Parts: sequence; C-alpha cells; structure tokens
Amino acid sequence: MRQIPFLRTSGWMVLAALPLLLSGCDLALFNPKGQIGAQQKDLIILAFGVMQVVVIPVVFMTLFFAWRYRRSNIEKNKATYLPNWSHSNKIEAAVWAAPFIIILFLGVITWQTTHSLDPHKPLDSVDKAPLEVDVISLDWKWLFVYPEQGIATINELYAPKDTPINFRVTSGSVMNSFYIPRLGTQIYAMSGMSNTLHLIGNEVGVYDGRSVAYSGKGFAEMTFKTHITSDADFQAWVEKVKNSQGAALTFPEGYNTVAKPSIANEVEYFPSVDQGFYNKVLGIFQEGHMAAMAQNEHEPTAGHTMSGAHHSDSTQQHAEAVE
Amino acid sequence: MFGKLSWDSIPYHEPIIMGTVAVIAIVGAIVVGLVTYYRKWGYLWSEWITSVDHKKLGIMYYLVALVMLVRGFADAIMMRSQQALAAGGAEGFLPPHHYDQIFTAHGVIMIFFVATPMIIGLMNLVVPLQIGARDVAFPFLNNLSFWLFVGGVILVNLSLFIGEFAKTGWLSYPPLSGIIKSPDVGVDYWIWSLQLSGIGTTLTGVNFFVTIMKMRTKGMGLFQMPIFTWTALCANVIIIAAFPILTVTIALLTLDRYLGTHFFTMAAGGSQMMYVNLIWAWGHPEVYLLVLPAFGVYSEVVATFSRKPLFGYNAMVWATVAITGLSFVVWLHHFFTMGSGASVNTFFGIMTMIIAIPTGLKIFNWLFTMYRGSIEFSSPILWTLGFIITFSYGGVTGVMLAVPGANFVLHDTLFVVAHFHNVIIGGVVFAMLAGLTYWFPKAFGFKLNEAWGKCSFWCWLVGFFLAFTPLYILSFDGAARRMQSYANTDWQPLMIVAWFGAVLIMLGIVSTVIQMIVSVRDREKNLDVTGDPWDGRTLEWATSSPAPFYNFAKLPEASEIDSFWHDKQKHGANAHLSQGPYEDIHMPKNTVAGPVITLFATIMGFALVWHIWWLVIASGIGVFVSVMARVFNDDVDYYVPAAEVERIEREHQKRVEMQA
Repeated sequence: MRQIPFLRTSGWMVLAALPLLLSGCDLALFNPKGQIGAQQKDLIILAFGVMQVVVIPVVFMTLFFAWRYRRSNIEKNKATYLPNWSHSNKIEAAVWAAPFIIILFLGVITWQTTHSLDPHKPLDSVDKAPLEVDVISLDWKWLFVYPEQGIATINELYAPKDTPINFRVTSGSVMNSFYIPRLGTQIYAMSGMSNTLHLIGNEVGVYDGRSVAYSGKGFAEMTFKTHITSDADFQAWVEKVKNSQGAALTFPEGYNTVAKPSIANEVEYFPSVDQGFYNKVLGIFQEGHMAAMAQNEHEPTAGHTMSGAHHSDSTQQHAEAVE
Repeated sequence: MFGKLSWDSIPYHEPIIMGTVAVIAIVGAIVVGLVTYYRKWGYLWSEWITSVDHKKLGIMYYLVALVMLVRGFADAIMMRSQQALAAGGAEGFLPPHHYDQIFTAHGVIMIFFVATPMIIGLMNLVVPLQIGARDVAFPFLNNLSFWLFVGGVILVNLSLFIGEFAKTGWLSYPPLSGIIKSPDVGVDYWIWSLQLSGIGTTLTGVNFFVTIMKMRTKGMGLFQMPIFTWTALCANVIIIAAFPILTVTIALLTLDRYLGTHFFTMAAGGSQMMYVNLIWAWGHPEVYLLVLPAFGVYSEVVATFSRKPLFGYNAMVWATVAITGLSFVVWLHHFFTMGSGASVNTFFGIMTMIIAIPTGLKIFNWLFTMYRGSIEFSSPILWTLGFIITFSYGGVTGVMLAVPGANFVLHDTLFVVAHFHNVIIGGVVFAMLAGLTYWFPKAFGFKLNEAWGKCSFWCWLVGFFLAFTPLYILSFDGAARRMQSYANTDWQPLMIVAWFGAVLIMLGIVSTVIQMIVSVRDREKNLDVTGDPWDGRTLEWATSSPAPFYNFAKLPEASEIDSFWHDKQKHGANAHLSQGPYEDIHMPKNTVAGPVITLFATIMGFALVWHIWWLVIASGIGVFVSVMARVFNDDVDYYVPAAEVERIEREHQKRVEMQA
C-alpha cells in the first residue's frame, strides 16, 4: 500500500490535465458560452476527478496484484500465498469506507447543484429583464414563439447576450429534448405539458441546438442555430422578422400548416402570432384533462382549452386533425 | 383474410435486407440438410427439443443467444458504418427508415435475446449443480420458458423479411410508438416478441427462486451457497418483481394501439410519462438482473483461479442484496430531463450513487481475493481483470450521469450510449464469455482452446475502448444518440475510429467462433476426465463432466462455504467419487408440451401483429388445448433404476482411474 501517496499525486495530475486536454479540442461542454453551462462543466470535471481517487488505485491494484501474485511467482516463492485467507475486518472497513466517503461528498455536491441548476429556477441573480421564448417541437423542426415581441420563427433562435432566457417548452407531436450544448441544460418537450427552462448566453456567437431525444424519421436533422447577440442586434433582428414577408402564425389554421411533418426545414419567419398561441397548442392535448391542470400562469389561458367536460371522441379527432 | 398482410409486406426493394434473408436461407438450408443427412432429427427431438434437463436447456439458451449476438452485432456494425459515412450532408447507405429500425432492433436483441438468455442459460447450467439438486423445481416450466424465448426470437427475426421492425428506440416510448405515429406493424412485432419472451423470463424467475429456496442439498444454508447462486437468487427476485411491470406496461400500450384506449396518449387524459416511468421501473432492475449474475461469475472465477476463498463472502452477499433493493428506487435517473422538481431529482440521483458503494466494495473484494493468491492466467481471469478496469470506468460515468446537474447536458447524447456499453460489455458480456470458458467443460466434457479465448479477450478489450472512447468525447460536443446523419464534419474522424473499434470487436466474436470449432476438433486433447478441471471449489465440480442427466448419483452434502474444496483438501481429490449401493432416482420425463404451446403462441403473436383475427382465435384455442393437455397429464415422471445409475457411475470412475 506504499504506493498510495504516489497515486494521489498522479490522480490529481490527471485531474488538472483533463480540462486542458479537452478544452484544447473546443468541445461544446468544455467551452461553454453561458453561466449554466459553465457550472455544469465544473461539475462534470469535479465528479469525474473525485472518483479518480478510488478508481486510479483500483486500476493500479488490479494490475499490480495480478502481476505480483501470478502462479509462477508463487511457485518461485517470490510472493506470499495464503490459501485460506479470506477475511480482514480492517480491509473490509476500509473498502466500505472508501466508496462511502466519496459518495457522501458527491451526495452533498448533488444536493447543492441539483437545486442551484434546477432548470425551473429563474436566473434571478442577473439584473436584467428576462426574455420570454416559447418553444414548440414539431415533426421535425422547432417553432420559437416570442410572445412579448409578437413574432415567431422556425429553426432560428435569437437572444441578447447576458439576458436570462425564460423558455416554456412543449411539443405539438412526440417527445423531443430541447438542447443547446454551449448554453447548458436540456429539457424534454412533451405534448400537453409545459416545461420550463432558464438559460443565459454570456458571449456573442452562433451555437448549435438540436433535439437529442429521438423522435422519428427526421430526427437527425432536427437542428437549429442559436444566435446570442448584442441588445441592438437582437432588436434589429426582431424588426427584420416583423417586416418579413411570411404569413401571420394563427391558431389553428397557421399552426396546422407548420405542424405538417417536414425534414430539415428551412428557417422561417412569422411577423405576427396569435395571442396565447403557446397555450392553445398545449390545449390540443389537454381537453380531456381536468381544469386543475392549469399550470401556465404566464398568459391568460385560452378559453376553450380547459373544459373537462368534452370527451374523448371529439378530442381524439381534434388531435389527429393537427397531427 | 390475411389482415394487414399482403405481398407488399415483403421488402423486395431493399437489397441489404434481401441479401440478409438469402444468407439466412442458405445457412438454414445447410443446417436442415446436414441434420437430415445424418438422420439426427429423432435425436434432436428426443434429446434436446423436448428435454427438461436444465443443463441442456442452458446450452440451448446459450446457443440461441450466441446466434442472436451475431445478428445484433450485424446491426451494430451497420450503425457504426453509417455514422462513419453520413457526415456533413452525406446520406450514408442507410436511410432513416432503415437506420431507425436497426438501432431499435440492436437494443432489443442485445438486451432481450442475447444478454438476458445468456444469464438465464448460465443459471440453468450451473445453479442446480451448485446447490446439489437433480433439476430445477419445475422442469416442464423450464422447457416452456426456453421455448417461449425462442418464440420471441422467431418473431423478431420474421420482422426482418415480413413487414418491418419498430422505429422507436428499444423502449418504444409513446406517443412515437402509438398508433398515430407508428401505424405500421413494427411496434406490434416489438410488443408480441417481448410479451412471449417476457412471460418465459417471468416463469424462469419463479422457477429458479423456488429451486434455490427449496432444493438446496443437505447442509447448505443460505450463507453456505456459492456466490453465483446468491447472485442468481437476487436476479430471480428482480425478475419476479420487475417483469410483471413490463408485461403490464406493454399490455397497456397494446390496448392503446389495438383498442384505441388512452393510457399513454395525452389526448383524453392519458400520460406518456406514465409509460416512461413504468418502463424504467422495469428497465433499471433489468440491468441489475443482468449484472448481478455477471458479478457472480467473476466471484467464482477469481476465487478458483486465485486458489483462494472469495474475500469477504458475507459482505459480498449483503452488497448483492443491497443492490437488488436499490435497483428498484432509481428508475427516474433515466429521465431527469423530464423536468421533475429539484428535490425529486436529488433523491433519485443520490439513491443511484449509493449503488456505487456496494459495487465499489465488490470490486475491492475481488482485488483482495487475488491478493496473496496464486493466480493462474487463464482466459477467464483475463476477462475478470479486463472487467474490473473497464467496469470501474463504467461506474464512474454512471455516477456522473446520476448527478442531475451533469445529466442535464449528458442525457440522450452519445455519453449514455458509451456508458451503458461500458457496463454491459465490460460487465455482462465479459462475464458471459468468462463463464462460457469456465463452465464449458461441465457442459461438454472438454475444455475450450485457450489461445483463441485470449485472442477474443484482447480483441474485445481493445475494440471496446476504441469503439466507445470516441463516443464519450463526441458527447462532450453535444452529439446526440440515434442520429442517422450529422452536419458537423469535425465528428467524422472519431466516428471512423469507433468503426475500427467495432471491427476489432467483430474479430473478437470471430475468435470465439473459431475457438469453438478448434476446441471441438481438438477435444480429445482437452478432455476433462475428472469433472474438476480447474481445481474448483463448489459442488458443480463434484460430478463428472458432462454431468450425468441426474446430476449426482448421491446428493452431496455441504457444511460450509466451498465444502467441495475443503473435502478435497481433507480426503484427497477423488474422495467425492460416489460409492454404492445406489438407489433409484426420481426424474421428470421429457415433454412435447413446451414446444407445442410455443408453436401456437408464436403463430398467435404473428396473427396479432398482422390483425389476422381468425388465426388469432384458432391459435389461441391451440394454446389453451395444449396447456390443458399438459395440465391433465399425470404421466410426467419416472425412476432411473439403481443398476443404471451404477453403470454410469462405474464408467466415470473407470475413466478417472485410467487417467490417474
């Protein structure tokens, strides 16, 4: 066991080298562009590093014991062979304790970070009014609705730098997962359910986003670009969308058009959007639910969606109609 | 008349599929031809197909699983090839329609039709021998379980050339697997093949649980059981508790698809996430059902080849029991990104990490079994060493995924793919290949070729790291799993490295096949005359190899852990050879019920897939009648005369003496 101090050192050396090694390749998770992603990078490295304290000795002991106690060594009397030895309280205590301590430490970290990185938690610490974006996953594209700006886009997301983004995320189709690796946390988009996600971009740039939860034929190309820009550029972009030639996004007519399955959909702009559009999409799937499901306080709930009395036949047809 | 089935259901226009079908047809024709030429149909029927002998069933499980491993691997190499090609706008050679079926089939086959049956096959071969029993508690059920599993295999393979398989991912989440999004028969093949084999697995769980609890030989208390039997016991507890969840979940999905109910559709009050919860409430215990017996194999191997008792037996048992319990309270870690509250996520995250404590303990126990041992570098010990290192890193990435904050960026990326291959290849597959080498002599009476075994090991080990390390790295760049193509050409070099890894793994599989052929050819050189080729410690080595159909002429007695080894130390290597006088032995009769019930059940599954209702009713009646015929058949057992036992035992003893 004399090797342990040496192993500790080498363990920490690997640990120190790891971020260098991986940031050299400009991998999204190791070169995050937002504070959520930055915390997650540190968390990944910490969790990986702490476990090396046990795993590196294990790897070393595996190789060392196997080599030292090989039969030819025993036959040459170069190592001790104890054919009946199978118990030692000291060793057993130590081998219960080692993983226990690591997990205790990681458990505390988990408690803290799960709360601090809770996707539902608004980024209050940033002293700037957040941007509201409603995200609707469709077959196989992303519909982004900006309720405050009254615009919508397909497969293009813009947000000003250093501004918290409050996403509400749902699906008009099957389940997807909304993920921008350089900003951090992903969240499921599920029909009839409204999820929330809070992210922030701290550096100007264009970042890849995509669905990571498999959703069918067009899944591979269900990608979009996220543009983190200056405030002025963001305003300019909003104006550009408002002045674009596209049709208004209405519900249900406009929605039924965009919801038709398409693969590798081009970027599209909608200069205006029906009020309460997001909740209307949610409502498609909620008609059979009790009114108590009202979980979206951001906007007044669209009138027809929450009546629990309607039942399955008409709902089913309605849902199929928008598929 | 034929429901949805028509000539258009056969994918003539897909050259890859038609090529595969042609190869399967040719190989099948050759096998049938050879069996007919050598007039072996009668032998196959009476000695194998209708057999209730747990050892033969174990061998058949393994054989079918190895064939399916080749099928599942063919899917794997196609996926790796596709991803090595389809970068930056290139389409590769597999369109989404085909690629999506392949990754679904790969997952389903590897879990349900390779890993699970290998584990069950090994339990079949080993557990009754280890506990000194003549057979399992319910020999007919054991035969039925095997054939139901084969029924599932048949349905999965039929989907290859009649219709198509699911394009939903191996767990078929609704609403994607619902009738609106998946109107074709793929999901129905998935449903009925899993239901058939799942019922078989549930029956196995009950069977082995009762066998281990009630049929241990005299003197063997629970804490004198060999550790593999302990892990098998826990695995069967998991089967009994978890598989009914799978059966019911799939049944509810079936109702949604066939009768238009709304258990898992958001419209009309169902919930898709209820399905996701239920399927993982089965799915997580499932992986422990796989890995616990794998741990058992390593425990047996490391003790035998270190010539030392397993270090910390009691701790090992309690660690196994702890993992069994914990496996049921961690399912939510498969979908932290659903958006549960922070406290719920924390609970499931920490519960998951706690599993690392008993698992870590096990790893140290194997290390301290080697410590001050006398280690023989046979291929089973190589698999074990490779496992400890590989699996440790699989554990690390598992704990990383268990931290919700980290999971939020790693979930559903290639990190998850790399992680579970890390634990399933490094944990389960290595164990199954180690177990194959270790117990092969007990099944067939000769050892496997070592050189090819070691070659297989190095191919798998290096191949694994080459195939999956790139996926870990790509996941840090946000690469999703299940992508048929990707835009980022920076990813392509690593995808190509991963492809090379898969090719190396293929060489590993080829080595195993060559190993079998070479070993059969050279069997005279590697005969296991004594029945104890490795200087073993547990009771399966106390009988001849291959073990006689009644296992033990006289049931052995146990008084402590590794009783057999201590007996050898005290009384000499041949002291266990049984002496007369012998008694008649009570044995179960072979039965046609298992294959017949399965035949009808498989036809019924096929008819349900294609909505051929008259055939559903007809085959349903067939199932009912054949079950009833078995239930009312009292002629199910017989006695082996003492003289016959004596003849077999004398023969074995003569061979042992001749060798000495």
